[in-house]
Amino acid sequence: MTGVRTDHGALEAHLRARRAEGRKLLVPYVTAGLDDRWLETLAAVAAAGADAVEIGIPFSDPVMDGPTIQEASARALANGATPPGVLAELGRAGLDVGVPLVVMTYYNLAFRAGHHRFASSLAEAGIAGAILPDLPLEESEGWESAAAAAGIEPVLLAAPVTPDGRLRRICERSRGFVYAVSRMGITGERASVAESAGVLVRRIRALTDTPVLVGFGVSTPQHAVEVCSARGAGADGVIVASALLRRLLDGGGPDDAATFVATLRDAIDTEAD
Amino acid sequence: MIEPGDDGRFGEFGGRFVPEALMPACLELEAAFRAAWADPAFREEYDQVLREYAGRPSPVTECHRLSEQLGVRVLLKREDLNHTGSHKINNVLGQALLTRRMGKPRVIAETGAGQHGVATATAAALFGLDCVVYMGAIDVERQALNVFRMRLLGAEVVPVDSGSRTLKDAVNEAMRDWVASVETTHYCLGSVMGPHPYPWLVRELQSVIGAEAREQCHALLGGADPDVVVACVGGGSNAAGIFAGFVDTGAELVGVEPAGGAAIGRGVPGVVHGMRSYLLQDEYGQVAEAHSISAGLDYPGVGPEHAHLATIGRARYEAVTDAEVLDAFQLLARTEGIICALESAHALAWVAREPSLRGRTVLVNLSGRGDKDVAEVERLLR
Repeated sequence: MTGVRTDHGALEAHLRARRAEGRKLLVPYVTAGLDDRWLETLAAVAAAGADAVEIGIPFSDPVMDGPTIQEASARALANGATPPGVLAELGRAGLDVGVPLVVMTYYNLAFRAGHHRFASSLAEAGIAGAILPDLPLEESEGWESAAAAAGIEPVLLAAPVTPDGRLRRICERSRGFVYAVSRMGITGERASVAESAGVLVRRIRALTDTPVLVGFGVSTPQHAVEVCSARGAGADGVIVASALLRRLLDGGGPDDAATFVATLRDAIDTEAD
Repeated sequence: MIEPGDDGRFGEFGGRFVPEALMPACLELEAAFRAAWADPAFREEYDQVLREYAGRPSPVTECHRLSEQLGVRVLLKREDLNHTGSHKINNVLGQALLTRRMGKPRVIAETGAGQHGVATATAAALFGLDCVVYMGAIDVERQALNVFRMRLLGAEVVPVDSGSRTLKDAVNEAMRDWVASVETTHYCLGSVMGPHPYPWLVRELQSVIGAEAREQCHALLGGADPDVVVACVGGGSNAAGIFAGFVDTGAELVGVEPAGGAAIGRGVPGVVHGMRSYLLQDEYGQVAEAHSISAGLDYPGVGPEHAHLATIGRARYEAVTDAEVLDAFQLLARTEGIICALESAHALAWVAREPSLRGRTVLVNLSGRGDKDVAEVERLLR
C-alpha cells in the first residue's frame, strides 16, 4: 500500500462508508440531455439503489465509447445539450438524489472552458467527481489541481495493460475511486466479463485501499455479481452504462431505467459474496 | 527540425492525450521508432524500398509556361509520381517496416480521400500484413474507386457511420479498434497528427521529401534555396515533409489550408485525437466539421508542429477557397500537362493569387496526382 490518505472528498468518503457497511457499490450512467426526462431518470436510478450516479456530458468525438454511448451522445447533442446547459439544468433542479454525482466526459470540454472554470461549474451544479478518459497521467496534473481547488475529485482510469509503475501513480493520484477498465476496448455491452478485470482489480488492491470500481462491458445482473464477488473479479463495485442507455434509447423511460438498476442492486446484494 | 520534448510537445502543442489503455502502446512505439531510426540497417532497408518500390527520388520539375504566366518561378516537387500517386507512400512504407520490426501482424488506418488507405493497403500487401482501413461513409461514396483499389490490394474497408461520417470519424473508429487490438495491431496513422510519437514519426518519414528537394533546388538554382516553400495542409504531413528540408534555411514556409477547414486560420487550441493543436470547434469544445472540395483536407485539426511553427512565426498559413482551387487545378493542367490532386491544387491556388511572389522562386510540393479527383471536378465544372 502507498501511504494511507485520510483527506477523502465527499465522493470517496461516501463510497468508503458504504463499502464499510459491507455493501457492493453500484454506479449507473446517464447521458445528460439525452431527452427532456433525463433528470427524472437520474433521480429514478439513484432511488433504485445506486451508490453514485455517473453523468455523461456528451462530446462530439467520444473515442472510448462504443455504439450505444455514441448514439446517446449524438442524440443529446442533436437535442442541443451543451455543458453549461445541462449543468445549469441540474443546478436549477436542485435535486437531492442522496448519492454523489460524478461527471464523465472528454478532456476538450474542460480544456476549452479552462480547467478552473470547468471544475467550478461542476462544483456549482453539485457534482462531486469527474472522469476524463482521454486524459492520461502525464497530461492531467493541471486538471487535477484545478479540480482539487474546486472540490472536485478527479477519478483516474487503469487499464489491463497498465504497467506496475504507472498503476502505482494512478492509485496514488486517483480520488473518489479507481476506475478499473475491465477489458482492452471501448464501452459497450458484452457477452461476458473479461478475466482481465479480476487481474487488474487484484493489482490495484495491492497498491491502495481506495474503492475500486469496474466498468466497460458490465451488461447484466450476472456480470455485476461476477465483478463484485470475491470468487469473481472481487471489485468494490460496478459501473453500468451501455446496458442502461440501451434501454433508454429503445424508448424506455425513468421507470424502466429504475427497474433495471433495481435488478442489478438486488443481484449484487443477494448473490455477490 | 524541431525535436519534441519527452512529453511530445512542440512548444505548447502536441502531447499524448490518449486513454490509459493506449499509453503503453504510444510509449512502445516511440521507443521502437527511436531505435529503428538510429539503426543503419533499418534506414538502409527503408531507403531501398523507397528507391526500388516507391520510385524515389521524385523529381523537381521547373514549370516554364506556368512561371511565365504567373511571373513567378515555380518549381514542383513531384510527389504525384510516387507509386500509389502521392506522398503518403513514404510514411506507410516506414511504418510497415516498423510494424514488422515490432512483430505485429496487423495494421489499421484511417483515410479521407482514400490516398492514405490505398498506400497502407499497398504496404500491407507488400509486407504481408493484415489491413483494415476505416473510412467515413460519405467518403466511401465519394471515393468509390479508391475503396475498390483497397479491396483489390487485400484490405478490408470499414465504412464509418458515426458523427460527420468523414475523416475525423474514421480516426475515431481507428482509435476504437486500436484500444481493443493494440497487442497485435499497429495503427498506421496517415498524417503528422495524433498522440506523440506520431507527429514526429510521420514527419521524420516524410522528411525525405524536403531532403531531396533541397538538393535538387541547389542543383537547379546554383546552390541557392528557393525563396518560398509552399504546401497544402490538412493534417499537414506533406507540408511537414518538405518544410523539414528548409526550416533551417532562409526560405519562407507557407502552408495552405482550405477556407472551410482552416484549423490554424480559424481554429483555437483544443484537444482531440490525442493531441493539443489548433482545432475547429464551437465555444464549448465540440469539434466542428470541416468542409473542403478535397476529402483529404476535410479535417478540423492540424498537426501540432504546424501549430507551433505558426505560433513562433517560422511558417505562415494561408487559406484558399474551393473556387480558387478549381482554377489552379485547371491552370496547372493546361500550362504544364499535370493533373494534380485537389489537395495539392490548394498550394498552387495560393501561389497564383499571391502578388508578393512576383519575380521570386517558389517551390511547391505537388503532393499527389489528380486521377482520383477527375470525376468530381468534371461534376463541379459542368
